[in-house]
Amino acid sequence: MSIHLVVNPITCVGHGLCAELFPEWISLDDWGYPIVDPSPVPTHLEGHARRAVSACPTLALLMSKHENPH
Amino acid sequence: MTAPRLGPTSPRLVPGTRQRLLPRQPTVDLAGHVDHFGPRPDGGRRLIAEVERAGLRGRGGAGFPTAVKMQAVAQRHRSVVVANGTEGEPASSKDKALLTLAPHLVLDGAVAAAEAVGARRVILCIERSAGTAIDAVFTALDERREERLDRLAIQVATTPSRYVVGEESALVQLLNGGEAKPTFVPPRPFERGVGGQPTLVQNVETLAHVGLIERFGAAWFRSVGTLGDPGTMLVTVSGAVRHPGVYEVPLGVAVSAVIAQAGGSSAGLAAVLLGGYFGTWISASDDAVLGRESLGRLSAALGCGVLIALPSGACGLLQTAGIVRWLAAQNAGQCGPCVNGLSAIAAAMDLVARANPGGEGERRLERWLAMVKGRGACRLPDGTARLVESGLRVFADEVTRHRVVGPCPAARQIPLPLPTPGGWR
Repeated sequence: MSIHLVVNPITCVGHGLCAELFPEWISLDDWGYPIVDPSPVPTHLEGHARRAVSACPTLALLMSKHENPH
Repeated sequence: MTAPRLGPTSPRLVPGTRQRLLPRQPTVDLAGHVDHFGPRPDGGRRLIAEVERAGLRGRGGAGFPTAVKMQAVAQRHRSVVVANGTEGEPASSKDKALLTLAPHLVLDGAVAAAEAVGARRVILCIERSAGTAIDAVFTALDERREERLDRLAIQVATTPSRYVVGEESALVQLLNGGEAKPTFVPPRPFERGVGGQPTLVQNVETLAHVGLIERFGAAWFRSVGTLGDPGTMLVTVSGAVRHPGVYEVPLGVAVSAVIAQAGGSSAGLAAVLLGGYFGTWISASDDAVLGRESLGRLSAALGCGVLIALPSGACGLLQTAGIVRWLAAQNAGQCGPCVNGLSAIAAAMDLVARANPGGEGERRLERWLAMVKGRGACRLPDGTARLVESGLRVFADEVTRHRVVGPCPAARQIPLPLPTPGGWR
């Protein structure tokens, strides 16, 4: 089962830690909010994905086993 | 009910009749309604299959197949039906017109949908400022109560005047006692909605069509419109037309024919804003018809059936900039990319429309339109981006002229409704 990263845009306030921790998958837009690659995270990068998810101060970065709704 | 049963053989409702929802003889009171449409047949789950055969799609804007939504809720227990008549789109008045002129048809459809999906409650939502429609609905509900017409509870909820209120998840949150702001999905309303129960949210016009399909069937419904886009739809025509107003038209009709039905353009026709502020500009020379395939080729959609006629000589870029500025102010203050991105896009659009040294406005738009799409809890950023993209495409010559010659005089604008937003509850 592949995993995807999803941002809850309502709870995200743009701390930007996720982009620091997992730049392969997450970049920041012009206002400091994360742009997350919607494609499945390859197995060898899952550790980075998990670290980014657990570092989010507002719990806005979510790991999903479903398709990204967007 | 002792009125004679009128079916599709009634001279007023023969297959091919184009005035279905809004017949020439108004059907405001219950007697007139039953006289025209006949009484409601016994409902049931079979209705979902009939709606599917009819090919009915939602008339609130998204155009999602109605039967699919009904099926999703029918598979779950203890559900709720929300009839969405909030009509937050400022240029649209078809839902208010329908609720005012044919409240019983909407209520019939809502009850039919509720019985079909096994719901026990119906909540009809109307914008608080729509006094005439609200009065008509309360009068209709009194009549139905007196006749003991409905076996389930129908409640009315009035909603604040806000653009995003009608978005499903925002409406559900409002009905749950919160603010009318979109929520992060999933769970979607059909999974967990009002009171945590599975909730079917359908636009009131969609439900009125359901009320007709329950009576007269899918084949009757399909006797007007096209194979891919069956039935009729309500449109609100405004801008540079002689007789602005709400019209019922068959799907598949030419946009130019709808403009002609509204008395024709009063000052030449340059373009049409189709679908309202959440819609797209199409050029008068596009020869579009009101159907998904034709509009899809133009990256446009039917939306909620708004047509705003832009006269020749008006500046489409200035008009777009005004709308985008307004849309940016409608954000719910929740999602960073929307809060920041839409005001940045509005400023860049102002540049393109007014003074655009070296094409800087277009460069910024190109970057930011791509950046905001799909990044809000609701589709406000996506809709705004789509509107701007359509404006840049349809008014491409204007963009160049503005860059080289300078902006148009603002006096050429047509007035657009840009209401001051109300509160969130």
